[in-house]
Amino acid sequence: MAFWRTPLDAQEIQVTRGTVCIIDDRCKGCGYCIAFCPKDILQFSDKFNRKGYHPPTVTKPGECVNCHYCEIICPEFAIYSVETDSAAASK
Amino acid sequence: MTSNPKKLAKQPEHPLDDLIRTERIPHIWCPGCGIGTVFSSCLSAIKATEIPYNKFTMVSGIGCSARGAGYIKLDSFHTTHGRAIPFASGIKMANPELKVIVFSGDGDLFAIGGNHFIHAARRNMDLTVICVNNLTYGMTGGQCAATTPNKAKSTTTPLGNPDAPFNLPLLAYAAGASYVARWTILQTRDLTTAINEAIVRKGFSFIEVLSPCPINYGRRNKEKPLDTLKLYQDRTIIKNGANPALADIDFDKGVVIGKFIDIDRSTCDDRYAELHRPCSDD
Repeated sequence: MAFWRTPLDAQEIQVTRGTVCIIDDRCKGCGYCIAFCPKDILQFSDKFNRKGYHPPTVTKPGECVNCHYCEIICPEFAIYSVETDSAAASK
Repeated sequence: MTSNPKKLAKQPEHPLDDLIRTERIPHIWCPGCGIGTVFSSCLSAIKATEIPYNKFTMVSGIGCSARGAGYIKLDSFHTTHGRAIPFASGIKMANPELKVIVFSGDGDLFAIGGNHFIHAARRNMDLTVICVNNLTYGMTGGQCAATTPNKAKSTTTPLGNPDAPFNLPLLAYAAGASYVARWTILQTRDLTTAINEAIVRKGFSFIEVLSPCPINYGRRNKEKPLDTLKLYQDRTIIKNGANPALADIDFDKGVVIGKFIDIDRSTCDDRYAELHRPCSDD
């Protein structure tokens, strides 16, 4: 994220990391999670699910910040994110 | 040929899976329909109150959004058309302990059930009414509804709707509702907070949620579901405490959303208990 002035505590802020889980067979391919992901890490996959829709797939797995927005905007209960262990994600 | 090697050993668990009847999922709502988002927001709000689940009841009428009562894993009633609020009032009067949520659409609550709505608001029944407003009669094929905006096309008005739509927050306020808010499905966190506040507080709470209907409204008005959400992003003005009289739906000049009214009034149940309970014959 670009800052006009770097916040004084920028070094101390812990950014949480998440893992996106997708339940493919519930998806109806509306694309809301893809359009509104703040990190743009989702896109339609090439494969079909059981109903013939293209579910989303994660393109940059390490960049999810666990904001849960895909989870709360999904009308189908098909996507959610879980927090990954902060020690492992901070590298 | 009975085993399917592609099948997962264990189905992944969505955090709301304990509140939905998973055997009925995927639900009937069309791709891009916003009702699912409102529904999941309502479930999150129920979860966030930390009240035991057996203290909740969901009541709904007829229509697309009213199918919600069939997907929630709580006591729920799918009632006759327009009569969700009378059923809910009855439940509340019989057992004032329950938190009663009415989850229904604009056609059910304001067209056929309009009179019930204003009288429940007048009495200040302790209900939480969530109205999913998709600006049309979605289930029956996109006819012109009481909330269809002026000039919008529908099955019955192919040249554009000549009439002005209902201003639902003003109607609720004028009838006496003690909590009135309007959000769209894009402001999902605000919506969840509003539903949570409405469940916890006493009195008649009304939350209108604008939601896209891509098949029966959007298709006739040249709006793809993502265009509708873009409209919600660009053409809404968040103004808490705004005058509901200025909150008519006109996307050309901008739609005011936010929490309009939050006042305290004595509820129907309080007044009834004061006058009639315990019964003088006992």
